[in-house]
Amino acid sequence: MSNNLGAEVIDVVQGAGEHIQYVTVMIGGQLFGLPISRVHDVFVPEQVTRVPLAPREVEGVLNLRGRIVTAINMRRRLQLPPLEDTKDIMAVGIEHKGESFGLVIDTVGEVLNLPKREQEANPSNLDKRWAEISGGVHRLSGQLMVIIDVDRLLSSLIEPKAA
Amino acid sequence: MDELLSEFLTETNESLDVVDVELVKFEQEPNNAKILNNIFRLVHTIKGTCGFLGLPRLEALAHASETLMGKFRDGATVTPEAVTLVLTTIDRIKEILAELEASGGQEPQGEDRDLIDKLEFLSENAVMAEAPAAAAPASGGQSIERPLRPGEVSLEELERAFQEAEVEEVKPVVAANSNDADHDHDHDHEHETKVNTSAAGSGKSVSSQSIRVAVDTLEDLMTMVSELVLTRNQLLEISRRQEESEFKVPLQRLSNVTAELQEGVMKTRMQPIGSAWQKLPRIVRDLQQDLNKTIELDMQGADTELDRQVLELIKDPLTHMIRNSADHGLETTPERIAAGKPEKGKITLSAYHEGGHILIEVADDGRGLNLDGIKAKALKNGLVTEAELEKMSDPQIQKFIFAAGFSTASSVTSVSGRGVGMDVVRTNVEQIGGTIDLRSVQGKGTTFTIKIPLTLAIVSSLIVEVSGDRFAIPQLSVVELVRVHNNSEHRIERIKDRPVLRLRNKLLPLVHMSTLLGFDDHEEELDADNGFIVVMQVGSHTYGVVVDGVFHTEEIVVKPMSSMLRNLDMFSGNTILGDGSVIMIIDPNGVAAAMASDASSGMVDNSVDAIAEKSMAVSEEDGKVSLLLFRAGTHEPKAVPLSLVTRLEEFDVAQIERSNGRDLVQYRGTLMPLVYVNETASHKDEGTQPMLVFSDSGRSMGLVVDEIVDIVEDRLNIEVVSERPGVLGSAVIKEKATEVLDLGHYLPLAFEDWFMRKQIESADPIREILFVDDSSFFRNMLTPVLKAAGYDVTVCASAEEALETLSQGITFGAVVTDIEMPEINGYDFCEAVRRDPKNRHLPIIALSAVVTPASIEKGRQAGFDDYVAKFDRPGLIAALKDALTGEMGVAA
Repeated sequence: MSNNLGAEVIDVVQGAGEHIQYVTVMIGGQLFGLPISRVHDVFVPEQVTRVPLAPREVEGVLNLRGRIVTAINMRRRLQLPPLEDTKDIMAVGIEHKGESFGLVIDTVGEVLNLPKREQEANPSNLDKRWAEISGGVHRLSGQLMVIIDVDRLLSSLIEPKAA
Repeated sequence: MDELLSEFLTETNESLDVVDVELVKFEQEPNNAKILNNIFRLVHTIKGTCGFLGLPRLEALAHASETLMGKFRDGATVTPEAVTLVLTTIDRIKEILAELEASGGQEPQGEDRDLIDKLEFLSENAVMAEAPAAAAPASGGQSIERPLRPGEVSLEELERAFQEAEVEEVKPVVAANSNDADHDHDHDHEHETKVNTSAAGSGKSVSSQSIRVAVDTLEDLMTMVSELVLTRNQLLEISRRQEESEFKVPLQRLSNVTAELQEGVMKTRMQPIGSAWQKLPRIVRDLQQDLNKTIELDMQGADTELDRQVLELIKDPLTHMIRNSADHGLETTPERIAAGKPEKGKITLSAYHEGGHILIEVADDGRGLNLDGIKAKALKNGLVTEAELEKMSDPQIQKFIFAAGFSTASSVTSVSGRGVGMDVVRTNVEQIGGTIDLRSVQGKGTTFTIKIPLTLAIVSSLIVEVSGDRFAIPQLSVVELVRVHNNSEHRIERIKDRPVLRLRNKLLPLVHMSTLLGFDDHEEELDADNGFIVVMQVGSHTYGVVVDGVFHTEEIVVKPMSSMLRNLDMFSGNTILGDGSVIMIIDPNGVAAAMASDASSGMVDNSVDAIAEKSMAVSEEDGKVSLLLFRAGTHEPKAVPLSLVTRLEEFDVAQIERSNGRDLVQYRGTLMPLVYVNETASHKDEGTQPMLVFSDSGRSMGLVVDEIVDIVEDRLNIEVVSERPGVLGSAVIKEKATEVLDLGHYLPLAFEDWFMRKQIESADPIREILFVDDSSFFRNMLTPVLKAAGYDVTVCASAEEALETLSQGITFGAVVTDIEMPEINGYDFCEAVRRDPKNRHLPIIALSAVVTPASIEKGRQAGFDDYVAKFDRPGLIAALKDALTGEMGVAA
């Protein structure tokens, strides 16, 4: 087992039997996994400034230790109804092309170490909006974990505007 | 590239820039030995270094120009051609240097024989001219009375020795040289002291007190300081909330140090604006020759400092403006003499600080802006209507030169006037948060003023509240704040739902920030007692933005927007405030743009072109027609289909003439009769009178109305048919009962024979026509037209009805049918008619709002003889005439 290996190393090494660590999060009752190598930190989004005229997925901007972070409401991105009780919400900090983003999710779970070969492709009937950002599915005991492809997620929000 | 070479490149480029400037100065003062020395030294250094680094091309060029300058120093007359040649050589050297840099140290292939030959030729000739000069008392006491002989050390070597040696060491070197130079000692001594002073003079600027620092290092430093400032602000905010704290004092100290540090770092990024001006004397000099004008460039405040980032951005606009002033602003020498001005045109460039901003002025004493030219151009470009122009003040008109694609130069010269003039300058200036303004007096000159922030990184901003959120507005664009009071003079008023404010002697257009930001509609709250109006100025536009509250001003560090939000034009960036929250920085340019588009979407656009364009757009698919709404006589709106209107015009009432019992107005070289919608209503005695112009076959009539209200797209259903002449009936347009005018009634009022003429033209024996159209409007509209053209018209409201009429055995000369009809459309109807053998040759004309090659082809296949656009009345009459005479031919 290579539990003690840095996540970055795992990400780079391409081979059989390798494992990827995921930070699991809950969004609207569904378990999602984010590769730990991409997760910068986990924080409680406070004092979020809404940005008028912004895409609806953008929750707003906030100050995280002197950096301006763009918060993305994952429920809205996944077309889920908004969370009623927002007092416990969390955000996962992500770095993408030198900028900071925060994915606002319901709750953060644990860190799972999963073998890459157990990863399965998206089921063909997956909702199109979900399939766009999903990098595959893991069958865990009792539930399924959808892998969030961070690059695809952020590019899907940035690029259509840049064009 | 090795370090030595890169150092050489930087240094040489700097030296060349100096040489450029100095040469121009030297041309004006050929006797100033100090300038010449300086040039000489620089060129010589370049030559020396090139030799050392093994760059033969550069060395040869530098050598040749050095030789020529040596002749100047020996007393040869300085001619403009010679200076031009040296300048050209400098340019060539720069080109080679650029290629050298690009290729990483490889000197480009090529020959400079052309330049070198010329330089050598001039050098030789200069020697001839030298004789009389040398005979005269030695100029500046440093000319050698004869050309150098081999083995002699030229003065330039001496000079270099002086420059490089310590001042104290100069004497022995000179002494050593003077021995073999065999010169008058006194003479040499005089020379030596001169050099000493100049060396000391220039020694200060090139002292060992300064070091080169990479720009990146400074940028990083600036970023760090910006972060520090933010943290400081946060700490201060925290301490403000705590009554007594032991942190207070050290925090105050930290605050002061941070402020000083910020200032210090800012200073390192500061550069004198003169460095952006360096190229200008040279440009002006070249322009003088190109344009054949004599121009004096006066530069003031060259040591005014501003952020290098801003400096870079302002360079090109400034150059462009100088070119503009020289080319368009200043008159030619004969013109100046004729105008009683000094022969030499003057361009003054000045820079100074004013309250955290830097002001740069470019002034010329030329002819001033040509107001008439600008007016004509503005009209031609459709920026403004003649009526609007009348009301504009001269400064307002002058500002049109900042509009896109505006160049007043009647001809394009190589210098400027390519139509990408001042608007580009304006855009560049606005990009860095600056503003540009101008003053111009005809015959006296023009002054452009650019106001730019000292730095881009830290902006003083006004924090405002809108719908519960805070936003920052850059202070630079804020002119003033106005408190709104319902019962005071500062009261928001409305013109057709658009809020405006009377501010002193002006009307200020307003917009609520929450509307711009797409928050819930705030319109009804706009009248509320509380609220502030932030009066903002962007370029020549002044407007008011209504906000809910105004807090304070704060120095904020602009941080770029996330790439996800960068497409929002309304914000220029965001920042972290002292209390730690993030706020968005409003971009005044974005607001101005949003206001402009907001206004035009609701505006009655009565420019001729727009009308012409709109009249094409009759969207028949959903039965909607473009209608022109206006008021005349009564209060109820009246409407005519826009497509029938040729033009909207406004006339000065004074222009209306009365002749033969009729009102006429001169219009495009002919007299146009005016018809009043409501004869009994009182007519205006002054001001302008709007009217709708209808033109047909070269004749025009003006239908006088009181007010043009709007252009709307709506379904036209005449619900109540009118008995009154001139009114077809009433329809609901924009949720209001509107009278639809019957133009067929008004047209003959202007020309009694309006329809008669066509009657005479069309002398067709069979005059019975069947006209099929499901729209009652078009039936009402076209029936009178057809009748007036001399046809007996049978009207059917549907294809079914028409088929039934046809089967009753009445002989029609032709059938005119609409295409877009419910149930049986025109194509099917046509085929149905053709199925009856006796109708096989019956001319059938299609009428359609949609005339495309495809639809015409489809019509042809269905069996139509002709296909006419619905509003093409002359076309319809002509088609009918053709069809009927054609039919006659077949029958005969």
